[in-house]
Amino acid sequence: MGDWKTITVPIPSSESKNISQFTSETNMSPSSLYSQQVLCPSLPLAKSVHNFFRAFCTEENVDQSISYLDQEQLETSRREMIGLQERDRQLQGKNRNLHQLLKNEKDEVQKLQNIIASRATQYNHDMKRKEREYNKLKERLHQLVMNKKDKKAAMDILNYVGRADGKRGAWRTGKTEARNEDEMYKVLLSDYEQRQKQILLENAELKKVLQQMKKEMISLLTPQKQKPKEKTEDIPGTVLSDVEEDTAELSKENMWELSCETVREQLTNSIRKQWRILKSHVEKLDNQVSKVHLGGFKDEEVISRQDHEQETEKLELEIQQCKEMIQTQQQLLQQQFTATCDDDTSSLLQDCYLLEEKERLEEEWALFKEQKKNFEKERRSFTEAAIRLGLERKAFEEDRAGWLKQQFLNMTSFDSKNSENGKPQSAFSGSSDQDNLTLHSKPGQKSCSVSSGSSVRASKLTKSLPVSPSASELFQTIRHMSENSSSSVLNVAVEDTKPNQVGRECPAQKWSVASRSDSQEGGCSGSRSLACTDWSIEHGDGLP
Amino acid sequence: MRPPQPLGAGAHPVPPRGCQLLSQLQPEEALLPLPSRVSRALRALVYWPAAALASVMNFSEVFKLSNQLSKFSPNGKFLASCVQYRLVVRDVSTLQIFQLYTCLDQIHHLEWSADSLFILCAMYKRGLVQVWSLEQPEWHCKIDEGSAGLVASCWSPDGRHILNTTEFHLRITVWSLCTKSVSYIKYPKACQQGISFTKDGRYMALAERRDCKDYISLFVCSDWQLLRHFETDTQDLAGIEWAPNGCVLAAWDSCLEYKILLYSLDGRLLSTYSAYEWSLGIKAIAWSPSSQFLAIGSYDEKVRILNHVTWKMITEFGHPATINNPKIVVYKETEKSQNLEMENLPFPPTKAAASSLFNTETKYEVASSPVSLQTLKPLTDRPNPKIGIGALAFSPDNCFLATRNDNIPNAVWIWDIQKLKLFVVLEHLSAVRSFQWDPQQARLAVCTGRSQVYLWSPAGCVSVQVPAEGDFQILSLCWHQSGDSMALLSKDQLCLCYLENEGVK
Repeated sequence: MGDWKTITVPIPSSESKNISQFTSETNMSPSSLYSQQVLCPSLPLAKSVHNFFRAFCTEENVDQSISYLDQEQLETSRREMIGLQERDRQLQGKNRNLHQLLKNEKDEVQKLQNIIASRATQYNHDMKRKEREYNKLKERLHQLVMNKKDKKAAMDILNYVGRADGKRGAWRTGKTEARNEDEMYKVLLSDYEQRQKQILLENAELKKVLQQMKKEMISLLTPQKQKPKEKTEDIPGTVLSDVEEDTAELSKENMWELSCETVREQLTNSIRKQWRILKSHVEKLDNQVSKVHLGGFKDEEVISRQDHEQETEKLELEIQQCKEMIQTQQQLLQQQFTATCDDDTSSLLQDCYLLEEKERLEEEWALFKEQKKNFEKERRSFTEAAIRLGLERKAFEEDRAGWLKQQFLNMTSFDSKNSENGKPQSAFSGSSDQDNLTLHSKPGQKSCSVSSGSSVRASKLTKSLPVSPSASELFQTIRHMSENSSSSVLNVAVEDTKPNQVGRECPAQKWSVASRSDSQEGGCSGSRSLACTDWSIEHGDGLP
Repeated sequence: MRPPQPLGAGAHPVPPRGCQLLSQLQPEEALLPLPSRVSRALRALVYWPAAALASVMNFSEVFKLSNQLSKFSPNGKFLASCVQYRLVVRDVSTLQIFQLYTCLDQIHHLEWSADSLFILCAMYKRGLVQVWSLEQPEWHCKIDEGSAGLVASCWSPDGRHILNTTEFHLRITVWSLCTKSVSYIKYPKACQQGISFTKDGRYMALAERRDCKDYISLFVCSDWQLLRHFETDTQDLAGIEWAPNGCVLAAWDSCLEYKILLYSLDGRLLSTYSAYEWSLGIKAIAWSPSSQFLAIGSYDEKVRILNHVTWKMITEFGHPATINNPKIVVYKETEKSQNLEMENLPFPPTKAAASSLFNTETKYEVASSPVSLQTLKPLTDRPNPKIGIGALAFSPDNCFLATRNDNIPNAVWIWDIQKLKLFVVLEHLSAVRSFQWDPQQARLAVCTGRSQVYLWSPAGCVSVQVPAEGDFQILSLCWHQSGDSMALLSKDQLCLCYLENEGVK
């Protein structure tokens, strides 16, 4: 351990050999092995490390080994860090070099440009010198050739011809000079006039286009003004008023003739504003369009993105729940099987009957469950009746107490009221009769419910539903139960198709439906989407 | 009969003048043009592709020519052409010889006066200019520049003055045909395009060089009065050109520096434009007929277009060797297979058909994108490298601009000016020699030194074989002002091509 720390960290650029050399000195340390394994990039590294640790780490030196490991990690990360630092340094050096190179190149370019420039100036200078010499020569030649009154240089013409314009040539005077100037300016002026005309024409055309555009924009924007205004608060009301103002202005066609700067400014501003409105509107439309595109549905009506997402989320959740349910059902079934036939041989023997039996068992189980529920209900009603009876009895006791009291009072005071008290006597007898009736009715009710249970069994056989009050009660409870469970769709289907089969467990029922759909679809796995289950439900509706 | 003589320095043939010559003409020329010569027996039925417009192209017989000197008169009635020392003027409608003039030596330059009444013929080697009158065949005028020599000669716009530039650009002599007066203009600059007249003929701009500085002088042509004289901020002025409206003058620097200056008629500097520094600059420029655009072709293989309001660049057109945009139609000239033609040959073979055996006919095919055009690697160690935009021209309706990039010599690029983008590229089998727009409509004629003339219009394009005997290598062409015909010029021959629109079918 001690010498471990003294190890100087090798320079990362020096290779793995170095490290292994250092570490190999410390035989006891896990780092030696570990680092070697780390350094050799073999695949079964983890495994070997694991083995190694098993050998290395014993009960007594857990703390030690943990600290070893910590140090190990620290060391590797430190090494890594130093390596990275080194790399960074190298890259920086490289960068510096490149910068230097770039600078050199730039300098070179500058130098070359300077050279070119200096050469150019030198060349120009030389050229000028030569040209001067050449000019001197030309001058000399001119003197030699022209001043000699060269007889040869002459025109031999039969007769002079008239001018093309028929006029006689005028003497060159100051007047002609002035006239030439005038004419030149006339030419220039006419050209400028023409250009101005062209520009004016172009300007007028552009203005017309602008006006037209403005008109169209206004007509386009005014009917929908309210909508975008309401939605987007950032467009101030001033724009609206501007638009109205502009429409008013539009009537003044003469405005365009003014073409002064204020009008121009006004026009450009209003156009700009309207353009902004139009742009925002178009952008909004674009967004809508993109939304529709993203939806990918062929639906005519636009489904908002949020709705769509919510819907899909809901559906996904439902699918997830369905899956979970199916899984639990499968598990339960398996548990059941394992519980019933944990013995392998017997299960093998019973294997052939298993499917039929299973179904039969399920049905019976369902029946049994139903009956059990009925019993529960009846018991409940019975207890209710008992409570009621108790209450009634209490009331009767009170009555009787009151009556006895009265009787006692009557007996003590007047005889004349005897005739009146005859009724309460009868009432007493009546009440006792009632009591008897309720007592008798209990077994009757019980028998009725039992019969209803039998009728349910009968209905199962005949596949027709008996319209007995107890049966309807039963359905109500079932429905109530099913509503409590999450996947209503499946349950409703179950109730509709085979309400009598609502048995020991709702999940089991659902599973059976799902499995049926599986078998019918062939290869449609349980994880298939809602469409699959939808289809099976529809199909289930058609089932008898 | 005179056998064609080599023109030595000492012994110059002195042919007799005027009408005497008729008897001395060589047989095929001496015969006055018979109606059959004009009957345009050589017909090429051309159907313009892509449009229902069927055109018939007729070709005249072939006439002799030297130095590619042939010009239509400005009024469109005559065609002047030079055969060595003879000047032949033909009636355009009949192609009959209208006048024949004999000059003192081999003609180097030919120019009609603006009123189509006179023709000047310059013989640079002898320092001579001879002027002929169309109305008076006996009238003659000879101008001898003497020992000063002659390098250029041109008419002034009024058609009564001749401007002769002497050797070494010592001066320009202005000779008048109306009076005895002779004017001299000193210090003309020897450059690409040193003289420019306004379209209306009122003013002349002249590039000058004094004391190692560039100047421009503006003259009034009517009396040769100096109107303006100003220094230009250029290292070495290369050329000047008036806008068609005659109010703006473009002046550009030599190719060492990309610089163009725009001057008003009154000498004010309107604007200066420079696209880049250091590398070679402007190679050619062209004004649009409306004076609205100025297209500048440069050595960086780009055309930049300036507008006439701010004189700023509107757009630049690059000329890359590969065209990727499928919207751009690239017409590629391809050779027609000969076998198919053989089957259609009549028996006995006509002359035209026989000649077509030697000249493989070609046609345009639409190439599928991307198209890579044939490029020429310019030699950087040589002066005047074959690179950059060396030729450019606007269509008369201002709608199109045709350009040639000299290092993609086979292609003509046609740009849509309304949309400011490339419209069509025509790639040929040989290098484009010249192209010219029909003066009346957006129709471009191109020649490449082969025996085909190529026509492009927005409706489509066509390659037409000249049905002449032998190899008629078209080196240049010029349109008649009506746009109904054009003269096709080979090294020593001339052929007229008539385009007749038969209307929309």
